[in-house]
Amino acid sequence: MLTAVAIAVDGLGFAAWLFLSSVGLTLIYGVMRILNMAHGGFYALGAYSSAWAIGLYTATGSTVAFTFLLIPLAALIAGVIAGLVVERGILRFMYGRDEVLMVLVTYAIFLILEDATKLIWGTDSYVAWQPAFYFGTVEVFGIPYTVYKFLIIGTAIAVGLALFYALNRTRIGKLLLVVIEDREISGALGINVTLFFTATFVLGAVLGALGGAITAPEISVSPGIGAEIIVLSFAVIVIGGMGSIGGAMLGALIVGFARAASVHLYPPAELFSIYLVMAAVLAVKPYGLFALAESRKI
Amino acid sequence: MIKNLDRTEIGLLIALPILIIIAFILPKWLVNYVHVSMGTGLVALGVMIQMRAGLVSFGQGLYFCVGGYAAGMMAKFYGITDFFVLLAVGILAALVLSALLGFLLRRYREIFFAMLSLALSMILFGMLSSVEELGSTDGFNLPTASYLGWSPTGETAQLTLYTLTCIIAIGCAIALNRFLKSPIGYINEAIRENELRVEYLGTSAHKAVHITYVLAAVVSAIGGVLWALPLGHVDPEMTNWTTSGQFVFVSILSGTGNIIAPMIGTFLLEIVRVYAVEISPNTWQMILGTVMLLTIIFLPKGLWSLITRKKKATRDDGASAPIAGE
Repeated sequence: MLTAVAIAVDGLGFAAWLFLSSVGLTLIYGVMRILNMAHGGFYALGAYSSAWAIGLYTATGSTVAFTFLLIPLAALIAGVIAGLVVERGILRFMYGRDEVLMVLVTYAIFLILEDATKLIWGTDSYVAWQPAFYFGTVEVFGIPYTVYKFLIIGTAIAVGLALFYALNRTRIGKLLLVVIEDREISGALGINVTLFFTATFVLGAVLGALGGAITAPEISVSPGIGAEIIVLSFAVIVIGGMGSIGGAMLGALIVGFARAASVHLYPPAELFSIYLVMAAVLAVKPYGLFALAESRKI
Repeated sequence: MIKNLDRTEIGLLIALPILIIIAFILPKWLVNYVHVSMGTGLVALGVMIQMRAGLVSFGQGLYFCVGGYAAGMMAKFYGITDFFVLLAVGILAALVLSALLGFLLRRYREIFFAMLSLALSMILFGMLSSVEELGSTDGFNLPTASYLGWSPTGETAQLTLYTLTCIIAIGCAIALNRFLKSPIGYINEAIRENELRVEYLGTSAHKAVHITYVLAAVVSAIGGVLWALPLGHVDPEMTNWTTSGQFVFVSILSGTGNIIAPMIGTFLLEIVRVYAVEISPNTWQMILGTVMLLTIIFLPKGLWSLITRKKKATRDDGASAPIAGE
């Protein structure tokens, strides 16, 4: 029973973290058909800037409550700057190129971002635990959990709902769906496709940075976290079907529970259970659970 | 006999004695880099022949690691140190695994192929990192190899291993060059252009991809064994996706135009890495990424296209340049 509760809560916690970290990736792929490897770089940037800002702020001895404003602010600033630089500076010259080539381009950008992060913040790890324990802990069936964990779960649900609402119920969202459907026709109809691309990419980058920023208080932020998250979020969005936000949510839940289950039942399997699930899903549904069938072009 | 060889193969055959001779002339540290980069160069070749079919493998480290670990486990658990047995075991392991996984992977193209190959290599990474008997994330050491009952030591052992590595690497390169010029090699290029048309013409694209995948796996496993033996060590990093990313990097940088290109590319990268890491360790990846971006934008066919372009300008046959090894 205890194990079941632990798996459920930990699974939800993992899933929330994975969803926040990968939803930007699936959004960018859905709109721009770019499998953005640089996403790991955005995640790391968000994590570093948030941990660094929290560190600076708490060193002044002020109340910890304001760090909860700092986290999204750090993600916003890091994501907007990095997203704009990458999209305006590099990617816009590459639109219309082969999807595989874009993977390689964004991989190159990822490598550059990795070292940019090291140059800005050095190679030491940053620990910014204060926000994680600010609200203390709650007991779920006798197992203590930080309230912060539930805050992350809440944020993930809120982000998912907000994206769903924005895409399906607002004018801009509907225009975006048109752009996804057919780039050229929507351009001919007077929609500013370039602007939508830039906005989507920046939004995706901000979401990636938010994933990192919100996790920063729970982990020790050190070099290499970007490389780790990128394969995890690939697994998540591939399982759900690339480009689908609902798919990312489902993928995050599957991966989150798979990981939580292996952590509690058979710890050595933790590292590869995720990829095993991914390979298993792909063997049955080659393009993910939520992917639409596409006709082959002659 | 010579008549049947094309320029690339003649170049490779000329390079072989040169490669062996430099072991006696050049300083030891440089020869070590040549030695090690022949192993990783073979993996880059494996990535490159798949790239000819339009398939980017972001998990070629899987077979690099399988080769190294299979040979290493043979030595660790059964005490076998014979070079040829270890090599055969590495090849066999990769052959069986890739033949099986091929049935899954041959159905995928483009980014899905890249993602699935990455996932498979990360499964192995996770498994090896958690197996205590195999040293977890630290890996384990390999003994010095023996050769059909002869077990040299010190300098002789190194030179023997080096010479054999040269012969095998050149042999693999020639075999792969033949493969690229075989019917399946050409079918691969057609698959990259338009797979559906290939099938309408009556050929199975799945079969061609499967064969290419297995071949790439075997070459990478040979690379893994040849890399692990001189270093005397294997660890799970071999199958981490960042390692696979570097093989992809080399193939992009050198281009898929010629079989020699990835071999030279690997060696140059190895040398550049040594200096870059020493001079500024924190900007090394940044340099890699920038070079890769510039290559993709300005030299989409890789550095090798510089050589062939010059050739075409002077002579009109457009054949690949017969440049010898190093």
